[in-house]
Parts: sequence; structure tokens; C-alpha cells
Amino acid sequence: MEKLSGEKNGADTKAADVLISVRNLHVRYAQREILHGINLEAHSGETVVILGGSGSGKSTLLRTMVGLEKPSGGEIWIAGKNLAVISAPDLKEIRKKMGMSFQGGALFGSMTVGENVALPLREHTKLEESTIEIMVRLKLEHVGLLGYESYMPSQLSGGMKKRAAVARALAMDPAILFFDEPSAGLDPIIAAGIDNLILQLKKAFHMTIIVVTHELASAFLIADRMILIDKGYVVAAGTPENMRDCTQPRVRQFLDRVAEPEVAGEMDYLQMLTEGTSNTEGTVEDKRGA
Amino acid sequence: MEIAAQIGDEVTSGLAYIGELAALGWRAAYFTFVGPFRGRPIRFRSAISQAMQVGVGALPILSLITFFIGLILALQSAYELRKFGALNYVAGAVALSMTRELGPLITAILVIGRSGSAFAAEIGTMRVTEEIDALETMAIDPVDFLVTPKFLAMIVMLPCLTIWANAMGILGGALFGVSAANFTWGRYLQASLDALYLRDITTGLIKSVMFGITITAVGCYEGLATGAGPEEVGRSTTRAVVISIFLVVMVDLVFTALFFFLGNG
Ligand SMILES: Nc1ncnc2c1ncn2[C@@H]1O[C@H](COP(=O)(O)OP(=O)(O)OP(=O)(O)O)[C@@H](O)[C@H]1O
Ligand SMILES: [Mg+2]
Repeated sequence: MEKLSGEKNGADTKAADVLISVRNLHVRYAQREILHGINLEAHSGETVVILGGSGSGKSTLLRTMVGLEKPSGGEIWIAGKNLAVISAPDLKEIRKKMGMSFQGGALFGSMTVGENVALPLREHTKLEESTIEIMVRLKLEHVGLLGYESYMPSQLSGGMKKRAAVARALAMDPAILFFDEPSAGLDPIIAAGIDNLILQLKKAFHMTIIVVTHELASAFLIADRMILIDKGYVVAAGTPENMRDCTQPRVRQFLDRVAEPEVAGEMDYLQMLTEGTSNTEGTVEDKRGA
Repeated sequence: MEIAAQIGDEVTSGLAYIGELAALGWRAAYFTFVGPFRGRPIRFRSAISQAMQVGVGALPILSLITFFIGLILALQSAYELRKFGALNYVAGAVALSMTRELGPLITAILVIGRSGSAFAAEIGTMRVTEEIDALETMAIDPVDFLVTPKFLAMIVMLPCLTIWANAMGILGGALFGVSAANFTWGRYLQASLDALYLRDITTGLIKSVMFGITITAVGCYEGLATGAGPEEVGRSTTRAVVISIFLVVMVDLVFTALFFFLGNG
């Protein structure tokens, strides 16, 4: 597996141009800055995994990359356009080539699963209704939800909603896919299925895929490139091999899934305690604008 | 001085709010009237299902309320008219108050409670569950997709409901006329029609269209402006209802004054 992704990566950097380039990105909600200068690059056909603890700003990064949040500084280049200053029609065109599956699914509660998946097709293509039906079934089959077309989202389990959301993101066969924790809360077999799907999409359709995840095994399986975010800063970035070999304490801690006191030497422990305090401040700030 | 400054701030923010509503209404109007010529069909299916909810769904309760309002109006005006032995003017009094004022107003207030609040709650929930964001990432304009059908439904259904409300109010008055003022049903209706000019009805209907625009704009705006968290949906729903009622009364005042000074009233 390692070898395979190594080869792929090598081939990509030579052949393909940079499709997504995030440069010194700052994002704030009201007064509070969440991302402090993120850099990230994705070549076309690559799978980039964004790792990071809860609340580190992964979802915020993804939302900014699809143009839902305006950056307070920096640039996001996608397919030659800078989302920080893009015009509405240009953004619309770019978005037709992007698919996004949200952390909470974000399925339309008033439509069936089938209608959810069909919506982008109905809106943006002039396909026959019968063709759309077939495509919907195809996408649902990809995520193992064939036969659930006529269910309402409220009738699905959490994991099924997530998979339906993935199917909807795939509907338009986008060139770029954004997944916010596609396999969190899924059982291991289904989660492995999502991993396979991602590998398949990359291989068969040469899709560029950005995945936010907590699942380390899955991350190393699918990633060509990884970045680890902590409290809005990029702590480390590189190929999975780079990450594995990285000796930086924060990275080791995350990758080895070590509970904090166990890694702590005396100095680390002190450092952890001080970071602990800033964490607490963070949580106080979290009670923003209720 | 401070009070003056505060009033100034309030007025500024009030005007800004109305500006936002106008912008939303303008965009919806664009998608309704200009969109079709640019190859994006009007969302008829969605508009019709909205119209069913806004219009047909409101009929039973609206009928009941306006029937009783008509009856109450008849009783109240009879109380005064009886002193002059002019009970036969009850029909005219009821017909005029219903068509010019109470028909449109009662209908609007009922529709605010049923549909304006529902718009805010529906769109607000979609905001909280990131469904609005999902629409945007799919390159679907939420105003086009969600707001435009509601405008269309409201602009068509509110005048229809108002006509119905006028009729039910007159019927309520007739019940009094027939049972307590020596009218027959036919004579009461004739007396009502004699008292009405066409413009009494049309000014009421023009107002009702403006009410429809106001209610939709406020409901949808509040929905779209919902913050994060489920409790925000409740808050924006309440705001939508309160602000709609206030603005409907303001619009009523403006148009009534306009008609008055234009000599149509
Ligand atoms: N709409 C918002 N308004 C204000 N602050 C927000 C908003 N959304 C997120 N935040 C804050 O931004 C920070 C990062 O949130 P984000 O959702 O990006 O984290 P995350 O890395 O995706 O976490 P998780 O793994 O738990 O999903 C958090 O501290 C959160 O409090
Ligand atoms: Mg997240």
C-alpha cells in the first residue's frame, strides 16, 4: 500500500498541475480567528487528508474551500480562480464541478433520499427523468443504499444519512470532492466501504479528493498527502511516509494515539499543562453568541 | 440628546432592515419575472404546493374567523345605527369595513400566524442543519430555490383568501341582518352590493398583495438570517411574526393614506 501511494504521488507531481492551492489562509468567526495562516496544496487526481483534533478548524477549512466562509486573509486558488475575491457567477461555475458532503449530512429533510441525490442533476442538467433515476440508483449503489430511494432522511440511521450525503456529493461526477468526516460514526465494514469508494473514485475518475477525518487507519490508506492541523495552525504536512517518520511530538501524539500524560517527559508535561490552560480559555470563548 | 441619538439609531437600523427586505424581494422578483427569459423555468410545482399550504390550508379557519368578525361588525354598527332607526344601513357598514380594511388585515394576520412563521421555521431549520449551505455548494441559489416559490404562492393566494374573507364577513353580517333586522338573505346581499364601489374591493386587494410581499420577505429573511443552534429557529420564528404584524399595519397605513389622498378612498 505504501509503495502504491508512493508511486502515484510521484507520477502526479510530475504530470499534473496544482488544482487547489490554499495560501496563508486566515478565517475568523466574528472576532475570533479560527485558522491562522493555513497552507495546503492538492494536485489534480490526488487525495489529501486533513487530520486534526476536535475543534481544530478542519470543518472551517473545508467550508472556506467551498466558498461558504469568506477568508479574512490569504488566498484559495481552485482551478485558477481565487475564491477570496471571486465573482458570484464564477463561483457558481466552479461549484458545479465540486461535490461536498457535510459533517452532519445536510440532507434536505423535506425530500426523499432519491430526490436529494437527483436535485443537482435536475437543477443543472437537461437529462431525461428516466436517466436521472438510473444515475440516482447508481450513486446509491456506490454507497450501499440501493433500495432506499423513497425513504425520507428522518427514516435513516446516522450512518445511512452520511452515506446518502456522499451519494449526493457524487451526483454530478464532480472533479473535486470534499468530504467532512465521511466515515465517522459508521461501523468498520461500511467505513472500509467508504475508503474503497474513495480509492475507486481516484483511480477510475481521477477525482481530486479532500477528506477530513479522525480515522488514522483510513487516512493512511487513502492519502497521497496529509496535513495535520492543531488549533488553527498546520503542524505538519507531507506524504503518509513523511508523517509516519515525523518525530515532532504533537504529530507523534496524534498518530500514536497516546493519551497526553503518558508521552510527557518533565518538560513536555509542563508544556502540556500550559497548553491545557490555553485550551480552557478556548472553551470559555466557545460559548460565543448563544 | 441621548434619546435623540437613540431614536436616530433605531430609525437607521429600521431603514436598513427594510432595505434588506427590499433586496430579498427584488431578487425573488428577478427569479420570477426575468429568470424565465434566461432559460430557468419558474418552479411551478414547488409554488403550487406552497399555494396549497398557504391558501387552501387556511380556508376553514379563515372562513370561521371572518364569518364571526362580520357578525360582530353587524352587532357593533347596529348598536349605533339603531339609535337613528337606520338598521338597514348595517349591510353597507359591514360590507365597507370588511372589503376596505378588515378582510385584508384579518387575512394577513392569519396568514402570518400560519405561513409567515412556517417560512421562517422551515428556512431557519435548513440554515441550522447546513441545508442552505448544501444548496449553495450545489450552485443552487437558496433565494431562487426556496424564496421565489413562496413569493409566487403568496402573491396569488393572499388576494384570493381576501376575497373569500370579504364574502364570509358579509355572510356573517347577513346572519344578523336576517335574524334581527328584518332583512331577507337576498335583500341583505343586494344592500351590501349597492353600498360597495369596485374601488373598495380593489384597494383592499392591492393592499393584500402588498401584505403578501411583506409577509414572505420577513418570513424568509428571518429564516435565512437564523444563527447557529436550534433555539435560534424559535427566535427567528417569533421575530418573523412580530415584525410581520408590525410591518403589515404600517403598509396598511401607508396605502390607506395613499388611496385617501389620491382621492380613491
Ligand atoms: N459558525 C460558527 N461561529 C463561531 N464559531 C464557530 C462556528 N463554527 C465553528 N466555530 C468555532 O471554530 C472552531 C473550529 O471549528 P470546526 O468546526 O472547524 O472544528 P473541527 O476541526 O471540524 O472539529 P470536529 O472534528 O469536532 O468537527 C471551534 O472552536 C468552534 O467553536
Ligand atoms: Mg468538523
